Amino acid sequence: MKEIEDLKLPDDLRYSKDHEWAAEEGDLFKIGISDYAQDQLGDVVFVELPTVGALLEKGQEFGTVESVKAVSELYMPMSGEVMEINDELEDRPELVNEDPYEGGWMIKIKVTDSDQLGALMDRQAYLATLKG
Amino acid sequence: MRYLPHTPEEVSAMLSAVGADNLDELFAHIPEVCRRNTPLGLPEPLSEWELDRHMDGLSGTTAIQPEYMVFMGAGSYDHLIPEVIKQLLQRGEIYTAYTPYQAEVSQGTLQIIYEYQTLVSRLLGLDVANASMYDGASALAEALLMAMRVTKRSKVAVSRAIHPLYRRVVQTYLEPAGFEIVELDYNTQGRTDLSALDDSENLAAVAVQSPNFFGCVEDMAAMEKAIHADAKTMLVATFTEPLAFGLYQSPGDLGADIACGEGQSLGLPRSFGGPGLGLFACRQAHIRNMPGRLAGQTVDLDGKRGFVLTLATREQHIRRGKATSNICTNQGLCATAAAMFMATLGGTGFRRLARINYDNAEYLKGELKKNGIAIAFETPTFNEFVIRLGEGSKRIYRQLMAKKIIAGLPLDKYYTELEDHYLICVTETSTKADLDILVKEVTA
Repeated sequence: MKEIEDLKLPDDLRYSKDHEWAAEEGDLFKIGISDYAQDQLGDVVFVELPTVGALLEKGQEFGTVESVKAVSELYMPMSGEVMEINDELEDRPELVNEDPYEGGWMIKIKVTDSDQLGALMDRQAYLATLKG
Repeated sequence: MRYLPHTPEEVSAMLSAVGADNLDELFAHIPEVCRRNTPLGLPEPLSEWELDRHMDGLSGTTAIQPEYMVFMGAGSYDHLIPEVIKQLLQRGEIYTAYTPYQAEVSQGTLQIIYEYQTLVSRLLGLDVANASMYDGASALAEALLMAMRVTKRSKVAVSRAIHPLYRRVVQTYLEPAGFEIVELDYNTQGRTDLSALDDSENLAAVAVQSPNFFGCVEDMAAMEKAIHADAKTMLVATFTEPLAFGLYQSPGDLGADIACGEGQSLGLPRSFGGPGLGLFACRQAHIRNMPGRLAGQTVDLDGKRGFVLTLATREQHIRRGKATSNICTNQGLCATAAAMFMATLGGTGFRRLARINYDNAEYLKGELKKNGIAIAFETPTFNEFVIRLGEGSKRIYRQLMAKKIIAGLPLDKYYTELEDHYLICVTETSTKADLDILVKEVTA
C-alpha cells in the first residue's frame, strides 16, 4: 500500500470524507474515487454505476466498487442528476486503479445545489484527514 | 467435536459476565407469550434396541412403498435411484461434503460443484447455475428477491397453480419485508390465467410453474410474450419435477430469465419429505445479483486447470447486509447425488426415463377416462394429472386406502374449490399391473 506522501491528490479537485472526488467540467461535475480509496481497495474487478437520469441526494449511494478483497459503496459528494456514466469501466474496471482521476472517472452529474461544493475539502484538508 | 451441556457453574459465570442475574433475565427481550414456562416433558432415554422397536412401530403407522401403492407426487417423486449413486455417495471424501469454506484447498469438492452447475444449466437451458439452494420453495423465494434487486421494483405476481407450499414460503420471505405479492388465478384448462396482468404494472417478476401443481404444462411461449411486454419484468419459471425437461422444452429455451425449483427427482430419496435440493439458474447478464455460491474454472500460475469459488463478493461474509442472499452454503451432498444421477443417465437415458414417466401417466389417464373417471383439465401433462372422483369421493379414497392404495393427493385441502379432485402421480416405478389395479379399484 502507498505511503500517504506518495498519494496522487491533484490540487484542482475537491474531496469528500468518503474518498470521492469531484471536478468541475463545463456545467457538469465529474466524480470518481481518490487515489487513496483505490489503493486501499486493491485490484478493482467490478464497478456498478447508476442509470443515466437518476436523481440522487448528497450522501446517497450511487453504486458499488468491488475489489478482489472487498465491496464498497460509492456515495454522492453532491446532490444532482446523473447525466453520463463511464461505460468503459464495465470492461476495464482496472482503470479505477491505474488512473483514478482520468480514465477511472465514474459519473458526470448536473448538481442541484452548487453551494454543496463549498462543503467538500481541498487537497490540504483531505490530506490532513488521511494523516488523521 | 463434542457437544456437552454447560454445567451450572459455567452458566452462572457466563451470566455474570454479561450482567444478567439469571436465564430468565437473559431472555427477557423475548415476549412472554413466546416463552415456554413448563418442562419439555420428554420421555426417558431408550436403549438402541428399544429405540429400534419404537421406530419400527412408528413406520408401521405410515403408508410406505412397496407395502402400499402410492400414486402421490405433488412435489416429491418416487424414482428409482441407480445403486452406483448410493455406493459412490458413501465414499468418505464425498460423504463428508460440506460447502467449502477454505474453498481452494478442496479442489475435488469444487470440481463436483462445477460439474453439477454445468449439468443444471444445461438441463434448465440457462447460462449459469449456482452451487444449489436448500430446496425448490426457498429457491423460488430467492428468485423473486433477485428479480426485485435486478429491476429495483417491489411487486411480484405469482400463479395460483404454483405448489401451495412454495407460495407459503414465498409469503414468509416477502411479506414481512414489505414486498407485494399478486396472485394469478388458473383457468378451466388448469393453466395460469394472465388476463389479470394488464392491471398489475411495474412487476419485478411473474412466477409460473410448468408442469404446474396440477401437472398441467403451461403455455410458456404465450406467457413469455405477455410477461415480457414490459421489457423489465422477469419471467421466473419454477418446477417441482425437473425430469419433465427430458421431454418438454427447458425453461431457458422458453424465455425464462430465472429457473428455479426442486431437484429431489434427480437421485434423492423422498425420505419423509427431505432434504431437498434447490436448483437455480439464470442468464449471464444477471449473475451479480444471483444468490448462492458459485464455483468457477480457472488456470493457476503454471497454466494448469483449477477451480475456485467465484464472485464471492455477492456473498454475506464479504458484503454483509448488502449480500444477494443470506444463504452462504449449498446443499453439498444432495447436489453431488444429483450430478451423479444426471451423469449416470446421460442425455439419452434422461430423455428415455422422462418418456417412460409420460407414457405410464398417459396409459393410466386413458384407462381411467375409458372407465368413466373425469379428468379435470384437458391440458398436456407429464407424470401427474388431476382426476375428479365425484360424489362419495372421500369414501372411495378411504376404501382404497384400506386396500393399501393411496389414490393421489386430495386437493381440497389446498384449493377449497377443488372438492373431490385428486392429484395422481405415476412414475417409472409403477408397472402396468399396478396401474390396472388402480383403475379396477377406483371404478369398482
